[in-house]
Amino acid sequence: MAQATTLQVKTHQAKTQFGYRRHPDQDRAGQSPAEHPVVVVGAGPVGLSLAIDLAQRGQRVVLLDDADRIGEGSRAICFSKRSLEYWDRLGVGDRMVAKGVVWSVGRIFHGDSQLYQFNLLPEDGHKRPAFINLQQYYAEAYLVDRIQDLPEVDLRWRNKVTALEQRNDGVALTIETPEGAYRLHAQYVIACDGARSSLRQMVGAEFAGQVFEDQFLIADVKMTAEFPTERWFWFDPPFHAGRSALLHRQPDDVWRIDLQLNRYADPVLEKKPENVRPRIARMLGHDKFEFEWISLYKFQCRRMDRFIHGRVIFAGDSAHQVSPFGARGANSGLEDAENLSWKLDRVLRGISPASLLESYHAERSMAADENIRESTRSTDFMAPNSHQEARLRKAVLSLAKETEFGKRMVNGGRLSVPCSYDSPLSSPDADAWCGGPSPGCSMLDAPIAEQAYLTDAFRDGGTDFTLLSFSNGAAIDPPAGVKQVRIGGGSGLADPSGLVAKRYDAEPGTAYLLRPDGYVAARFRHPTREAIAAALSRAQGLN
Amino acid sequence: MPLSTSSNFVRPDDAFRAVVEAHRGLTEEQSADLDSALVLILANHIGDIDVLREAIGLARRRMIDGQQQQQQQQ
Repeated sequence: MAQATTLQVKTHQAKTQFGYRRHPDQDRAGQSPAEHPVVVVGAGPVGLSLAIDLAQRGQRVVLLDDADRIGEGSRAICFSKRSLEYWDRLGVGDRMVAKGVVWSVGRIFHGDSQLYQFNLLPEDGHKRPAFINLQQYYAEAYLVDRIQDLPEVDLRWRNKVTALEQRNDGVALTIETPEGAYRLHAQYVIACDGARSSLRQMVGAEFAGQVFEDQFLIADVKMTAEFPTERWFWFDPPFHAGRSALLHRQPDDVWRIDLQLNRYADPVLEKKPENVRPRIARMLGHDKFEFEWISLYKFQCRRMDRFIHGRVIFAGDSAHQVSPFGARGANSGLEDAENLSWKLDRVLRGISPASLLESYHAERSMAADENIRESTRSTDFMAPNSHQEARLRKAVLSLAKETEFGKRMVNGGRLSVPCSYDSPLSSPDADAWCGGPSPGCSMLDAPIAEQAYLTDAFRDGGTDFTLLSFSNGAAIDPPAGVKQVRIGGGSGLADPSGLVAKRYDAEPGTAYLLRPDGYVAARFRHPTREAIAAALSRAQGLN
Repeated sequence: MPLSTSSNFVRPDDAFRAVVEAHRGLTEEQSADLDSALVLILANHIGDIDVLREAIGLARRRMIDGQQQQQQQQ
C-alpha cells in the first residue's frame, strides 16, 4: 500500500522478531571490503521475493534490513492472481493461499442500495483465484521462512545503509549496525526500501507526482461477522454521509475498513481510537470489535524518472507509489521483482549484456505509469476536485442505477492485472491471430489435468525460457537452454477441457516462446528453429 | 470515423428546442446536473473515444476563441 502521511496510533505486536548477528564481513578492518554480486536493501515483500528468486537462479544475495522484525499493521492485504503465480514459482504460493482469504467478487453500493457487483475471475480453469487477502506480516513471515531453505541468501537484520558510492564496476555501501559501521562492495544494489527510500535520496533522485488532499482513515478491526468474503465499497453510505467506505475481510477475523475523511480533518484527533470507534460502530451497527491497527493516510501517486541509477536499481514502492484502491502497490512491486530477477541473473552470468537491464526500466516504468493512471482515476472519482467533477460523478452514480454504461463508469478501484509491455524484447507477430496473449502479455493459466495447471508445468521445468507448443506430430528442436512444454500428441500434456488451446488461440503446430517471468516473447503458427532462436536472442537483449 | 460537424438533423430547430426545453424551469445547479448526465449519455452512445476527444476539442477551442475575442474588445 502507498504510504504518504502515516500516523500510526496503535502498533500491532510484532509477529516475528529476528536477531541481529555479526557477520564476518564486519571484521575486515584494514582489508578491502567484502565483494558481493547482489545486495538487496529492504526485506519487505518485494526484497524478500527478489532475493528468493535470485537464489533459486543460483545467485548469492545479501539482503539487508534496518529493522529486526516483521509487524506493524496489515498494510498491503490484497495479493493478485499474478502475485500468487509468482509466489508459486518461489515455493510459497500454497502457504499464502492456505492462510489467505480467497475472493473474486466485489460489490459497489451508493447510499444504502447496491449499484452493481463484479467478478474478477468469472471463468474456471485457473489454479489461482483473482485475489487473496492476507496481512502483509504473514506474507513476509512466509517469505522469511522460505529463505531459511536457501543458503544463497544472507539475510542481515539491523543493517542500515547509510552511505552509497557509485563506482564503474559496482557500488560501495556503508552499513550501520548495533556494533558499528562496516563497508561492502556490490556489483549491483537493488533498492526495495519502500516509499520513503533512503537509497533514493542517496542517489539524489526526485520522486515527484500528485498528492491527494483528502485523508483516508484505515483501520483493521477484529470481530466475528457474517459478511461474505467480498470487497464492499460504498459511495455516500448512510453511516458515513458524503464520503466513501470500504470493507474487506482478512484472515483471523480481521477486517480492513477504509473511511474517506475530508482534507481538513485534524489527523491528531481523527486517529484517536475514541474518535475512530464511533465511526466504525456506525458502519457495523455494533461496537463489538477490537482495533488491530489504525492509520491515517494522504495518498500520493508518483514515480522516479529512472528506475536505474548507475548500479543501483529501484523496485517496488521506492520506485513508484500509488493510492491503494486497486491493489497496485505490493502487486506491482512483486511484478518488478519478477521482471528484474531473471534479467539480473543473466547479466551477472555474462549471458546478456548489461543493457538488458534497461528493459526492466522500460517495461516496469510503463507498468508504473499504467498503475498510477488507474489509481489516480479511482482516487479522483472518490474525491472529486471541483464542483463540476462532483456533478459528473453524481450523474454517473445516478445513471448507474438504470444503465449498464453508468455501472461501468463507477470507479471504486480498478484492481490490479498484469500490465502488457510494448517492449524491445518482444518479437512482433508475423502470423494471423484472433486471440491468445500477444507478445508483451503475461501467459494465461489453464488446466492440463485434474488439479494440475499450465502454470505448474511452466514452473516445474525451472523458470528459464520455455517453448509452449501444440503438437502437430512434428517435433521441434528448440535452441539450447529453452525448455519445452508440449500440449497434445503422444508425449505431450493433456488439454482435457480444451482451454489451453482456446486461451492460446492454438492450432496444431502453434508455439509460444515464454520468458522466464511468464511473459510472451514471441509466438508462431509454424515455428522454425531459426525464428525461435532469433526471438530468444532478442528477448535476452542480444541484438 | 471523424467527428461529424455537418448538419445531421432534418429539423435542427427541433433538436435545439428539445435541449432548451429540458432546461426550462431548472435552477443553474439543476441545469448543470442535467447537462452532466446528458453529456455522459451521449458520449456513451457515440462510443468512440476519438470522436469524443474531437468533440471536447471543438467545444474547448470555441471557449478559448471566445475569451480571446472578449479580451481584444476590451
